[in-house]
Amino acid sequence: MNIVVLVKQVPDSGTERSLRADDKTVERDSASLVINEMDEYAIEEALKVKEAVGGTVTVLTMGPDKATESIRKALSMGPDGAVHVNDPALHGSDALATSKVLAKALQGLEWDLVIAGAESTDGRAAAMASMLSERLGVAGLTGARKLTVDGSTLTIERQLEDGYQVVEAQTPAIVSVWDTINEPRYPSFKGIMAAKKKPVDTKSLADLGVDASEVGLGAATSSVVEFAPRPPRAAGEKITDEGDAGSKLVAYLAAEKIV
Amino acid sequence: MAEVLVLVEHVDGAVKKITTELLTAARQLGEPSAVVVGAPGTAAGYADTLKEFGAAKIYAAESDEALTYLVAPKSDILASIAGSASPAAILIAATAEGKEIAGRLAVKLESGLLYDVVGLGADGVATQAIFAGQVIVKSQVTSGTPIYVLKGGAVDAEAAPAAGELVEASVSLSEAATKAKILDRVVESSGSRPELTDANIVVSGGRGVGSADNFKVVEDLADSLGAAVGASRAAVDSGFYPHQFQVGQTGKTVSPQLYVALGISGAIQHRAGMQTSKTIVAVNKDPEAPIFELADFGVVGDLFAVAPQAAEEVRKRKG
Ligand SMILES: Cc1cc2nc3c(=O)[nH]c(=O)nc-3n(C[C@H](O)[C@H](O)[C@H](O)COP(=O)(O)OP(=O)(O)OC[C@H]3O[C@@H](n4cnc5c(N)ncnc54)[C@H](O)[C@@H]3O)c2cc1C
Ligand SMILES: Cc1cc2nc3c(=O)[nH]c(=O)nc-3n(C[C@H](O)[C@H](O)[C@H](O)COP(=O)(O)OP(=O)(O)OC[C@H]3O[C@@H](n4cnc5c(N)ncnc54)[C@H](O)[C@@H]3O)c2cc1C
Repeated sequence: MNIVVLVKQVPDSGTERSLRADDKTVERDSASLVINEMDEYAIEEALKVKEAVGGTVTVLTMGPDKATESIRKALSMGPDGAVHVNDPALHGSDALATSKVLAKALQGLEWDLVIAGAESTDGRAAAMASMLSERLGVAGLTGARKLTVDGSTLTIERQLEDGYQVVEAQTPAIVSVWDTINEPRYPSFKGIMAAKKKPVDTKSLADLGVDASEVGLGAATSSVVEFAPRPPRAAGEKITDEGDAGSKLVAYLAAEKIV
Repeated sequence: MAEVLVLVEHVDGAVKKITTELLTAARQLGEPSAVVVGAPGTAAGYADTLKEFGAAKIYAAESDEALTYLVAPKSDILASIAGSASPAAILIAATAEGKEIAGRLAVKLESGLLYDVVGLGADGVATQAIFAGQVIVKSQVTSGTPIYVLKGGAVDAEAAPAAGELVEASVSLSEAATKAKILDRVVESSGSRPELTDANIVVSGGRGVGSADNFKVVEDLADSLGAAVGASRAAVDSGFYPHQFQVGQTGKTVSPQLYVALGISGAIQHRAGMQTSKTIVAVNKDPEAPIFELADFGVVGDLFAVAPQAAEEVRKRKG
């Protein structure tokens, strides 16, 4: 089974993140950039499917030059190669344009299965797999916490607030995964060394046959009017337990009319 | 006045609260039309609520078949109604499914999409809280039929009765919409405590709780307050508590009247799921723990001493 894994590079969600003052896009220059967390689970799942039924795993990333680092990190986990869509015109693309470009890139590859993360930690659209399945007219098995492959039949447990749905489709299909699906492996030293030699095919918009006027900030279907940091919460009261803090806590709640 | 389509969220024969909020928000932009996708005969049962909150029209897209496939049929139905109604905007709830429906719809209509909206004005400018809520953004759609995906509580629901004329919407599913078949639905119950995302009070435990067994201390304080129980990711990853109760960026977002954090350090990703709680109380033995930055009432102390005493005190006061 030939599998493509979608990997996005994002600013580390454990750090302070911001937008650029000039064009109001994500501040990437000063940010510490990492693989979107869910995408590590997508890579792991792809590798597991390959280990079970054979085939290839290709990483697909749309992102700037810096995304090369994340691609190498992804490859060090075990995928066979990568496609990096990189073009200055892509800066500031919205979800619609991103899905257009990723769909074009997927059309140029041979695959039975695409695995994406269910959600990125920066944009959080949680919709890329659905948008791609809409564009490509293939099944979208989204929000999986479990994936079973049996020949060309794919079955997932789709994670819900209060349980799950069992959903089935035939390949070709696009699956998106949550962090409940597996435990991603750490790259081995051998994997890190091997990743340096794996092929990374860089594609421009012209290579994909996408016109630069259809993507980027200029073509965005929505725009940021203004932004500001969230006002901090007003400082509260802080006490040190001297044996009666439980009672004092409840007295506070009572004063606030919560209990 | 132009129509504004609102996709109705409903479960077990009742319209969800978020739909009444969406209808209220829609009234600022035009005349709300509720779209019900459901089994044959369901839409009429919702009419009273939908009318009360301002639906001038109720499109009944009733089909058993549409419900057996994942996500795609609902965007097919909305796209088809949008094709004939030429709405001024489309409003969808920011649930996992809602976001996916909206994404597909944006592709079909080639329209701009704003998701995780926490406020919407009459001028169509939407407020979003991005980067774990650290940055507040105002944005607008500049192309196509604006699709807004609203989080619960983005607007307060207000009644404004309207005609609610029932219109049958024909359902025809494209071949592409019938590729992911739903075979089963399994509910894993949360027991007798209130649902985490609906609860007025949430008591959460973190790594500091130390073990699955020790979570009894968290549950006991929660039960004294009639609260739901939550957990940090570290507590979930350590196997102290099931994943469905995780609060934070990769778990649930809660916004209760009271949030109590026991043995939780207050990492950015945890705050993302609870910082809009009305009142925040934290118990942590480390005076430097970042959770104290947002706590309205912080206790530097051992949770195993403070929480049981608080539970006992609550029970005493309640008699
Ligand atoms: C804070 C913020 C807010 C935004 N708000 C909006 C908005 O309201 N409307 C709008 O149209 N756009 C918005 N965008 C832009 C949009 O998020 C990006 O275009 C993004 O590439 C696609 O959305 P996502 O990352 O949220 O996707 P998600 O659907 O959350 O991502 C799911 C998965 O898709 C895959 N994926 C996503 N992007 C890529 C990529 N570039 N390369 C490879 N795989 C990828 C990954 O596997 C990822 O795990 C916003 C961006 C940011 C940072
Ligand atoms: C992409 C990504 C997504 C994430 N998503 C989430 C998410 O959704 N939710 C989430 O919670 N985290 C999330 N995290 C993890 C987050 O970064 C933190 O690691 C996590 O929140 C820490 O949990 P904790 O506070 O329970 O543990 P710790 O940080 O280990 O804190 C434990 C605290 O307990 C205190 N303590 C110990 N013993 C006691 C005692 N007896 N009495 C009182 N206090 C005590 C300690 O002082 C300490 O402050 C995410 C991380 C990443 C990278």
